[in-house]
Amino acid sequence: MAVKSKKLNLKDKYQYLTRDMAWEPTYQKKKDIFPDEDFEGIKITDWSQWEDPFRLTMDAYWKYQAEKEKKLYAIFDAFAQNNGHQNISDARYVNALKLFLTGVSPLEHAAFQGYAKVGRQFSGAGARVACQMQAIDELRHSQTQQHAMSHYNKHFNGLHDAAYMHDRVWFLSVPKSFFDDARSAGPFEFLTAISFSFEYVLTNLLFVPFMSGAAYNGDMATVTFGFSAQSDEARHMTLGLEVIKFILEQHEDNVPIVQRWIDKWFWRGFRLLSLVSMMMDYMLPNKVMSWSEAWEVYYEQNGGALFKDLERYGIRPPKYQDVANDAKHHISHQLWGTFYQYSQATNFHTWIPGKDEMDWMSEKYPETFDKYYRPRYEHWAKEHAEGRRFYNNTLPQLCQVCQVPTLFTEMGEPTKLSHRQMKYEGERYHFCSEACCDIFKHEPEKYVQAWLPVHQIYQGNCEGGDVETVVQKYYHINIGEDNFEYVGSPDHKRWLSIKGKSSDDKTERAKRDAA
Amino acid sequence: MSIEIKTNSVEPIRQTYGHIARRFGDKPASRYQEASYDLEAKTNFHYRPLWDSKHTLNDPTRTAIRMEDWYAVTDPRQFYYGAYVGNRAKMQEAAETSFGFCEKRNLLTRLPEATQKQILRLLVPLRHVELGANMNNSKIAGDVNATTVSQMHIYTAMDRLGIGQYLSRIALMLDGSTGAALDESKGYWIDDDLWQPMRKLVEDTLVVDDWFELTLVQNVLMDGLLFPLVYEKMDQWLGEQDAEDVSMLTEFMRDWYKESLRWTNAMIKVVVAESEANLEQVQAWVDQWEPQAYNALKPLAEASTGIEALDEIRAQLSTRLKKFQLQSQGVSA
Ligand SMILES: [Fe+2]
Ligand SMILES: [Fe+2]
Ligand SMILES: [Zn+2]
Repeated sequence: MAVKSKKLNLKDKYQYLTRDMAWEPTYQKKKDIFPDEDFEGIKITDWSQWEDPFRLTMDAYWKYQAEKEKKLYAIFDAFAQNNGHQNISDARYVNALKLFLTGVSPLEHAAFQGYAKVGRQFSGAGARVACQMQAIDELRHSQTQQHAMSHYNKHFNGLHDAAYMHDRVWFLSVPKSFFDDARSAGPFEFLTAISFSFEYVLTNLLFVPFMSGAAYNGDMATVTFGFSAQSDEARHMTLGLEVIKFILEQHEDNVPIVQRWIDKWFWRGFRLLSLVSMMMDYMLPNKVMSWSEAWEVYYEQNGGALFKDLERYGIRPPKYQDVANDAKHHISHQLWGTFYQYSQATNFHTWIPGKDEMDWMSEKYPETFDKYYRPRYEHWAKEHAEGRRFYNNTLPQLCQVCQVPTLFTEMGEPTKLSHRQMKYEGERYHFCSEACCDIFKHEPEKYVQAWLPVHQIYQGNCEGGDVETVVQKYYHINIGEDNFEYVGSPDHKRWLSIKGKSSDDKTERAKRDAA
Repeated sequence: MSIEIKTNSVEPIRQTYGHIARRFGDKPASRYQEASYDLEAKTNFHYRPLWDSKHTLNDPTRTAIRMEDWYAVTDPRQFYYGAYVGNRAKMQEAAETSFGFCEKRNLLTRLPEATQKQILRLLVPLRHVELGANMNNSKIAGDVNATTVSQMHIYTAMDRLGIGQYLSRIALMLDGSTGAALDESKGYWIDDDLWQPMRKLVEDTLVVDDWFELTLVQNVLMDGLLFPLVYEKMDQWLGEQDAEDVSMLTEFMRDWYKESLRWTNAMIKVVVAESEANLEQVQAWVDQWEPQAYNALKPLAEASTGIEALDEIRAQLSTRLKKFQLQSQGVSA
């Protein structure tokens, strides 16, 4: 054997244990083995420049992950045995879990599939291995979340058919279309979208609300899951940063392509997170921090530093980030106000925040809450007290791109809806914002395909024309159990009985009203 | 009475998720069930993939095999992620002990030079075959449209990476972690006539698009000949060359292969039993690929165990396939 006397360092050793197993093919053309690597226009001149974002051989991976799983399942078992659901702050909290299980967990599964795919698509073996490891991690998250929620599902409504709902329910097309968009893109855009824009830039805005929210509200199962997933996420974040730097360093022609993806995926992610903003401000009985505070810390400060760092590659902060920054004062209220009106068609409950909560919002949103949002709630509360719980019976107009109802307002003009529209090949399309309209203009052939839930109902593709049939039959939402107002709901009543109280007249009346 | 209320509120309102109850009834479900069934998106996909506009995302027609319900293919090991890593953690612990033992006592480095060279020429190049298997299984996991099936393939993908790493470590043990032995071994893979039919076969699998064809070729036909040949027959043969200590370092592969037979057999059984058309399609693929797998291994057998050992294994594969009504060219002894 050739004489080589120097012992390999850790970095080189890891390369021998991963990318060195690959070889330059000669019996098949490289282009045929990796057919998806070029069509996005990204130029990779030298895959050997790829820096492994972490060095984990499979034996170490199995060992660490098994230890984590063991601890996690011990907590799940104890949680179920001790009926841990009885120790949460309040049953309203469970609605955050309903949103999580139907809105987020299916994305973990989609991430598994997406990373398995790119884990084959790249010709760089180092990148492939990192992606595959994320694939199996995301499968882990998808499965442990089913197990974490399993006990809640036995005691509360709205958690019973998450993946089925994710494919159908109107507001769940927001997260679903987000991930479909990424998975149907090429491998480099997928990583820019998910690894960089989502996992690296925005992940704390998902993680902190749900995991700290769980901690503040006595939900041990979810907290434990969150902590257990954290070290996986740390790996995913380093992959996200490595990917973007690698692409940018490979060729200057990559810069404008990546910039457009960052613009697009920042906005797509921001719109997706509007669902989390409402959860954070409204669904957590014990508040962690406000959405606007979270946005300031995790996007404006951290994101600001990141984009400063990326300046040297010729990357600027995402277009329309000023709109997103301004919107931090509004979106949670605008979303909750909308979902309050459409609770007949959701798998979770809504309610008017209590007096203490409204005061908290006034304090956290001094410029906007009392002026624009409190009056609506006070009006609806009064209506509800008089037996007229408000439900909106007209279906909302959805944005062609992000699929959120067109409920947002113009920057600096909180009373003016920011609706946009344009014609493409004879059809008119509607958007929630300039940013979504921009995204459409770059890839109209893609976004005209969107499965818009409201259009689909009107076209009779959802097992019925009336909302009640769609909700019950097509969405599998159990009417009178999963949906409508929280006060007087079966969840509410069960919670009162857990706490040894009985429902009073007022809640009985509210329930009759809802039914 | 407050005690009664307490009891009532602990009583579950349902035993499991709706999608699990529709399959198995509303009764307490296993962790495997809740982690594996109907999690994958099925319908109402928004956009066609830019990399394959002929199909939707999660499209069941990405293979020529047709199943009424792909979730009929399940894992007899009942592996969900937690069970999988728990099992592999134990296997790697045993492997670690063996590697540590070998290292400490210089069991490999004290082998004659010629034997060391044989290990680098005949055994270690299989790490490249493992990487091919890793890629193929990752592709399959990304293409399959039922979690019961996709998870088995991502586990396999990671297993193959792990096996490739164990093989690499054998070379690192031989050269004192300089990488020289791995370079030498890779040279055989690239240039030695012995490996070219196998390298061609692996490269040929990397352009197979139909994921079920690929799982059949990779996980049943190729592995079905390669693992018994290398890790049983060649293992014995190495023992006869006074290299029986290598056997300790391939125990993982033997255990792994034995276990993997459980899910691959279960999968083939369900798929060919589904319809005459599936049986015919799978048979056509067996006809096409089994002889290639055999031929690709011939030089390796000739250089080590002798061709009779490979023929014996081929006959065993034939017997195995016959249980599923599939014919192959192996001649039963
Ligand atoms: Fe995840
Ligand atoms: Fe992640
Ligand atoms: Zn929009």
